[in-house]
Amino acid sequence: MLIIPCPWCGPREQTEFAYGGEAHIVRPKDPDALSDEQWGDYVFMRRNPKGRLLEQWAHAFGCRRWFNVERDTVSYAITRVYKPGEPAPEEAR
Amino acid sequence: MSQRHRLAQGGRIDRTRRLTFTFNGRSYEGHPGDTLASALLANGVTLVARSWKYHRPRGIVACGVEEPNAVVQLETGARTVPNARATEVELYEGLVASSVNCWPGPELDLMAAARLFSRLMPAGFYYKTFMWPKGLWMKYEHYIRKASGLGHSPTEPDPDAYDKMNAHCDVLVAGGGPAGLAAALAAGKAGARVILADQQAEFGGTLLSLRETAIDGIPAAQWAGQAVQRLSAMANVRLLARSTVFGYHDENFLTIAQRRTDHLPPGERSGARERTWRVRAKQVVLATGALERPLVFGDNDLPGVMLASAVSCFTNRHGVRLGGRAVVFTNNDGAYAAALDLHAAGVEVAAVVDARPAPEGALPRLVRDAGIEVVQGAVVTRARGAKRLTGAHVMALDEGGERVHGPVRTIDCDLLAMSGGWSPAVHLHAQSNGRPRYDEARACFVPGASNQAQRSAGACNGRFDLESCLAEGAASGLEAARLACAAALPVAPRHSVSPATREEPLRPLWLVPATQPPGHGAKQFVDPQNDVAASDILLAAREGYRSIEHVKRYTALGFGTDQGKLGNINGMAILAQALGQTIAETGTTTFRPNYTPVTFGAIAGPDLGELFEPVRKTAMHAWHEENGALFENVGQWKRPWYFPRAGEDLHSAVNRECLAARTGVGIMDASTLGKIDIKGPDAATFLNLVYTNAWSKLAVGRCRYGIMLDENGMVMDDGVTTRLGENHFLMTTTTGGAARVMAWLERWLQTEWPHFKVYLTSVTDHLATAAVVGPKSRDVLRAACTDIDFSPEAFPFMSYREGTVAGVHAIVTRISFSGELAYEVNVCANLGRHVWNALIEAGKPFGITPYGTEAMHVLRAEKGFIIVGQDTDGSVTPVDLGMDWIIGKGKDFIGRRSLHRSDTRREDRKQLVGLLTEDPKTVLPEGGQVVKDASAPVPVPMEGHVTSSYFSAFLDRSIALALVKGGAKRHGEEVQVPLADGRVLRATIAPPVFVDAEGARQNV
Ligand SMILES: [Zn+2]
Repeated sequence: MLIIPCPWCGPREQTEFAYGGEAHIVRPKDPDALSDEQWGDYVFMRRNPKGRLLEQWAHAFGCRRWFNVERDTVSYAITRVYKPGEPAPEEAR
Repeated sequence: MSQRHRLAQGGRIDRTRRLTFTFNGRSYEGHPGDTLASALLANGVTLVARSWKYHRPRGIVACGVEEPNAVVQLETGARTVPNARATEVELYEGLVASSVNCWPGPELDLMAAARLFSRLMPAGFYYKTFMWPKGLWMKYEHYIRKASGLGHSPTEPDPDAYDKMNAHCDVLVAGGGPAGLAAALAAGKAGARVILADQQAEFGGTLLSLRETAIDGIPAAQWAGQAVQRLSAMANVRLLARSTVFGYHDENFLTIAQRRTDHLPPGERSGARERTWRVRAKQVVLATGALERPLVFGDNDLPGVMLASAVSCFTNRHGVRLGGRAVVFTNNDGAYAAALDLHAAGVEVAAVVDARPAPEGALPRLVRDAGIEVVQGAVVTRARGAKRLTGAHVMALDEGGERVHGPVRTIDCDLLAMSGGWSPAVHLHAQSNGRPRYDEARACFVPGASNQAQRSAGACNGRFDLESCLAEGAASGLEAARLACAAALPVAPRHSVSPATREEPLRPLWLVPATQPPGHGAKQFVDPQNDVAASDILLAAREGYRSIEHVKRYTALGFGTDQGKLGNINGMAILAQALGQTIAETGTTTFRPNYTPVTFGAIAGPDLGELFEPVRKTAMHAWHEENGALFENVGQWKRPWYFPRAGEDLHSAVNRECLAARTGVGIMDASTLGKIDIKGPDAATFLNLVYTNAWSKLAVGRCRYGIMLDENGMVMDDGVTTRLGENHFLMTTTTGGAARVMAWLERWLQTEWPHFKVYLTSVTDHLATAAVVGPKSRDVLRAACTDIDFSPEAFPFMSYREGTVAGVHAIVTRISFSGELAYEVNVCANLGRHVWNALIEAGKPFGITPYGTEAMHVLRAEKGFIIVGQDTDGSVTPVDLGMDWIIGKGKDFIGRRSLHRSDTRREDRKQLVGLLTEDPKTVLPEGGQVVKDASAPVPVPMEGHVTSSYFSAFLDRSIALALVKGGAKRHGEEVQVPLADGRVLRATIAPPVFVDAEGARQNV
C-alpha cells in the first residue's frame, strides 16, 4: 500500500485516494474537428509506459481534491506531486 | 505406558504437568512446551498421515512451518481448523486432532489402494485425463475434491472474534531467532521504537534447540531468555510472540497475524482469537531464518526420515527419543550436530553418511571423536521399510556426483536425519520487491538488492553460523535505528559464541543418483505434500516445459499449505539440471503473500455482519418499520420494498400500491435519491457540459430532466435538476450513483474547467423527500400546505415552489416518476419524519397509500422510464434509448462527439423496446434472452435481452422493457424468450411506453 503525499494534506495512506489514470489528457476544444480515430485516441488510448508516468489522483477520503503525481510504474516510487494547472515536469513528458 | 519415547530429562517441557489430547480417536499425554508433533513423537506415533495422491504412509519431517505431512484437522464443530501443521500447534489440555487424508486412519487406510495405480498417475495426470472428454470433467472434479488430501472447512459460522491494529514503528524486526534478538536489542538500546515479531510462542528460534552452545558465556536458550527480559524492560520495544509477519507490501507496510488464544483449551479462550497488525515501519530488519532442505533419494518419504534440524529440535527442545538407531545423511557440516545430539540423548548413531569426500570440519571431528562412523563420499540411495523406516541403502558417490557405484551397504536404522543444506527464508524480501539471487558458493538463493527500507540479517541472508547471525543482527538493528531516527548511535554490541561454529562448505546435492534412472526405481520425493517426485519434474522437462512457473502448475510442485518451503529449491535445481541450465537461469517461482496460511477471520477482522458496511436509513425509516415495510438494499440504503397488509404477498401488495397511485394517492420515501447543491455564476454553463440537454434558458423555478453521459457517449446517470435561483441548482441523481456523480462532477471542475466558478455540495443526507403521487395528490398537498397555490396554472408541471408543511420550510417540486400528477416534498432531514407524519395525516381522507420500490418500478416501467444500471449497462447511448429529444443541438457536452462515431451510429445497436407477452399473465424473466426462433440450430442468434419485467395491475397484463437489436424499427415483430426449463415464451415488440403515451395524466 502506497503512501501518497497529497499536496494539500501531506502524506496519507493509499486507501484514502482514488486513481484517475494518465494526467495531462486535455479535452479537445473542438471535438467536431476530430476524426473518429483522433477522438478515439482521446477517449481510450493511453501511453501505459513501463517507468515514469504522470497520473491523476484524488484525495477522495480526505480533502477531495485532485492532483498530479509523477510515479514509476515499475518501482511505484512517487517522485513528485503537483497541483492541477501546474506544468508537467519536463523530463517525463 | 504413555510417552514411551520421552527422554528422562532435558528440553523445554514441563514434566510436572500432563496434558491429555486425542489424535485420530486415541488418547495420549504430553507436557506443556510440546507441540502436537513433539507430543505424538513422544508417544511413538510416527505414522501421522497418508499422502494425497498415492496414500503413502507419512511421518513428521520438520519441526516448523515447512512441515508437509503432519497436516491435521484441529478440533470439531464451529471451531474446527483445517490443515493445521502439527509442528506449529501448541499442545493444550483436551486438544482433539485427526489426520486429513485417510479413512478410517493412517494405519489402516482403505484409500491406500490408490497406490496400486501410481504408475498411471504421472505429472500432469489431471490435465491429461480429466480435461477430456469435456463432459466428464464435472464427475472427475467431484472425485478429486473428495480425495484432495486436505481438511474440511467449518460449516457453522465462526464463533470467534478477530481484531485489527494499526501501528507505526522505527524498526520492525521480523523473526526472533538469534539475528532478530540481536537486532532488536541493538535497535532498542539505541532508543528506536521497535516491534519484534516471532511466529513461535517463545522467542529464540534455533537457540532453543541448541544443546551445548553458549553465547556471551551462558547457554544459548538462557541467553535468549535474558534477551527477551531486557527487551521487555524497554518501553520503546513491543514484543509480539505467536505473531507471523505474513505480508510485506509497498512502502514498508507489513501485516502480522498474532494468534492470541489458539494455544489455550477452547474453554479458556477469551477476547479476540487473532489480531492482524498493520504496521508502517520506517526501517525493517528481516531475520526470518532459513529452511533446511531435504535430500532427494528413494523412498525418502518413509516415516522416520526427518530433517536433521528437526531431529535436533525434537531431541533437545522437546526431550523426545526419536528412535533406537539412527543414520545421519548430509552434504554439510551442520547435520553433524544432530548426530551429536542423538548420541548425547542415548540414541545409537550407526553412521553419518556424508556426500563430501573428506569432511574435516570441527563438527565432523567431534563426531568421530564420539566414536561414530563417518561414511564419506557416500550417499543413502534408498530408505527401506513399509510403514516405518527399517534401514538405509548406502553407496559410494562418484566425483562428479552423477553416479553411485560399488556394493550396496544396508544399515539398519529406524531414524534417518537428512540435510541437503539450507535455504534462506527470502520470502519477505521477495515480497518487498527484492530480487533473490543465486549464490553459487553457498548453494542457495540469498536476498538481492533491496527496493525498500529493509535489510536481511542472519540465516535469511545466507549467514548460517551463529556468530555471523548475531553480529549481522546487531549491526542491522543498529543501522536500521540510525536511519529511522537519524541519530548518531553507539557501536553494535559484539556477542561471543562458544564453541566456535565455523563450517566447511557443503557439496550441492539436488538429486541423489540411484542404480536405476528416476521413474523406474523407488520414488524420490521432492515435494511430499503434493506427492511430486523427481521423476515428475524430469517428465515435465521431457514434455517441453521450460519455465519453473509452468512446471509448478503442471506437477503441483510448491502448492499446498507449505507452498514449497520444503521442496521448491530442490525441484528448481532438478529442473535446471534436466534443462542443462544453471539454477540462477531457472530462477524461482514468485514468493507471494502470505508467508504461512492466514485465517479468513484475521483478514476480515471485526468488519463483519453489521460492521461490514455502513447501513444508511432515511429519516422516515422507523415509520416504515412500524408500518410493516419489507426492505431492500439499494447501495448502502435500506429502502421500503413494499408494505404488505395482513394476508398479502409481494404481488397482491404491489398491485394494490400501484392502483392506489394510479387511481387515488400514494406516498413514497424518495430521500435516498442523490442530491447535489450547485452554486456559482458558471453553474448553468457547467450543466450544459455535463448533461446532454440545454440548461442556460431554464427559468428560475423550473425543473428539467437530464441525462449524463461518459465521454464514450454511454448513459451513466439521470435525474431531475431544479433551478432554485439564477446561479443555484439542486441536482438529483440515482440512489446508487450519488457518490459517483459527485466525484465525476468534481473531477471535471478541478481538472478540466478549474476556471469555472461552480461549487458543489452533497446534500443527499440533508434533505428528506416524500413523493406524493396520484390523481388526488393535489388534494393532499393542499391540505398539508396552505401557503403554496397548487392550482395547475400557478404551479405547473416541472416547476417548484417553496412553502411550509407542518410548520417546516419545504421545497416542493412538481415532478413525476410515475406519469401521474405528483409532488415531491423536500424538507430538512431532521424533520423528515414529522413532515411525513403530517402528509400521512393530510392524506388519510383520500386513502393515501404508502408504497415501496417495487411499486415504484412497476409505475415507471409502465411509462417506459428507464433505471440507469438496470435498463442500461454502460453500453447504451441515449439514442439507443429512443431519447434523441434530450440531445441538445448547437452545444458541446461530455460524450457528444462519441454519439457520432461509426459504432454508435449503427442501426442494429441494441435499442430500448417494450415487450408484450402472448399470454398476458406470463411475466418474462429479467435477463431473459430474446431470439427470433428458439428452435433454430445452436448457437441461436441473440437478438437482445429483457431488462425490466413486471405485472401491471393497472393494465391487467405483463409488461417488459428490453434491449433488442435494431428494436426501434421492429415494433410489432414477434420474438421468443427461451427459458432454462425448456419452455419458450412468445412476445411482441412494442413501443416502450405502456400507459398514457401522450403524457396527459401528469399534466392535470
Ligand atoms: Zn488532501
